Amino acid sequence: MQSLDVKARSGSTAPAPGVRTIPEVAKLIDESKCIGCKACQVACMNWNDLRDEVGTNIGVYDNPADLTPSSWTLMRFFEVETEKDKLEWLIRKDGCLHCADPGCLKACPAPGAIVKYSNGIVDFVSENCIGCGYCVTGCPFNVPRISKADNKAYKCSLCSDRVAVGQAPACVKTCPTGAISFGSKEDMSIYAEKRAGELRERGHKGAGVYDPKGVGGTHVMYVLKHADRPELVGLPKDPSVSTMVTLWKGVIKPIATALMGAAAFAGFLHYVMVGPKEVKEDEKEDA
Amino acid sequence: MDVKVSRRQFFKITAGGMAGSSLAMLGYAPNALAGVRSFKLARTTEHRSTCPYCSVSCGMIMYTLGDKSKNVKPAIIHVEGDPDHPVNRGTLCPKGAGVLDMIHSPNRVKFPEVRAPGSNEWKRISWEEAINRIAKHMKDDRDKNFIEKNAAGTTVNRWNTLGFLASSAASNESGYIGVKTMRSMGVVALDTQARI
Repeated sequence: MQSLDVKARSGSTAPAPGVRTIPEVAKLIDESKCIGCKACQVACMNWNDLRDEVGTNIGVYDNPADLTPSSWTLMRFFEVETEKDKLEWLIRKDGCLHCADPGCLKACPAPGAIVKYSNGIVDFVSENCIGCGYCVTGCPFNVPRISKADNKAYKCSLCSDRVAVGQAPACVKTCPTGAISFGSKEDMSIYAEKRAGELRERGHKGAGVYDPKGVGGTHVMYVLKHADRPELVGLPKDPSVSTMVTLWKGVIKPIATALMGAAAFAGFLHYVMVGPKEVKEDEKEDA
Repeated sequence: MDVKVSRRQFFKITAGGMAGSSLAMLGYAPNALAGVRSFKLARTTEHRSTCPYCSVSCGMIMYTLGDKSKNVKPAIIHVEGDPDHPVNRGTLCPKGAGVLDMIHSPNRVKFPEVRAPGSNEWKRISWEEAINRIAKHMKDDRDKNFIEKNAAGTTVNRWNTLGFLASSAASNESGYIGVKTMRSMGVVALDTQARI
């Protein structure tokens, strides 16, 4: 049974039932509190029963080197010179941002393979996934990964199974420094602003909240030390759903549907007005 | 079964199929139901435990398969931080969060083993054997090295050749018993991992 109400469904034009409203949830990642211990990565693998391959050291702390179908979250480490002769070591927990306007869902052609629940979680329903990879193209944050084992797309589910029974995601629960917190989107937004203000008071002039409007806001938000330059930690400054996806799904598809309907209607009209082609008996024998 | 399909019928079937699949692709397919993965801990048995790694001694909850009924062999399927534990309040570090794989590791020591002096082989022994062996070694050592009086003739009752290290997971009560037992034998070098 459905434990969370569906707000949007990929590859479907039929509207989702939406009378009930449940509070929107959000996860807040405070970059300034993160020590890069990777407990969130371990907790994620444990909860979701994933065990990635033991990789090789690529010379940096990132382990694994990139998000994979079995590693839905990843600590990314950035050694950046934020000002001249001022080196900073920034750490960001990467993973799905659970956009309010998800590019993956828009791009997905498989009915019901990507759903957005009314609490804001964007979830992949693997049974319905056809492995086309459109979600990878549609995602402004380069998050989904296609598995070689079963050719299906995987990414963070914000522990939708835990949230559905009133629990926090596994990464949030385990975080020893309290860098990750979870609650209603409203509470998290207020807390994020408070934290950003505290950081600005302490001299981090560029501190702020990352909740990009180009994708309608996200249900995984960041407090960044350099919110004016999110590129420093590998985040796009003004992310938006690709124009190709918007054009294809928003303009071309409805036109094509209308044309198809018109063609079918024309055929019907022709049948009514002209009628089916009559075949003479002698011609039939020749056929 | 032999089905006769005329040329005209064949065209109809093909056109119908194509129209149907086209509509499905455009999003008019029957709605595929979506539901979240079922909560995997719903009816597991919970036990409190303490993390075996460092001296912080975080509280853990071990989730085991089954409800302790007679015919079910329990197995730990998930471990999480204990929210009611004052030390960690639900959190766990990467080592602690991954303790499940240590529990199920094929390399985990599950029974006492002994490597006798001069041997390069570990031999499995019973718990009784192990405890008796330790007691025997302790008694031999104490009989040989016990200091009853110091140079000034004052009674000191020291046993300086043995040290005792207690686990950080020990409770206040077991810590009390540990100190009493060791001190009664004259052990001076007494410590616990929790002090580190």
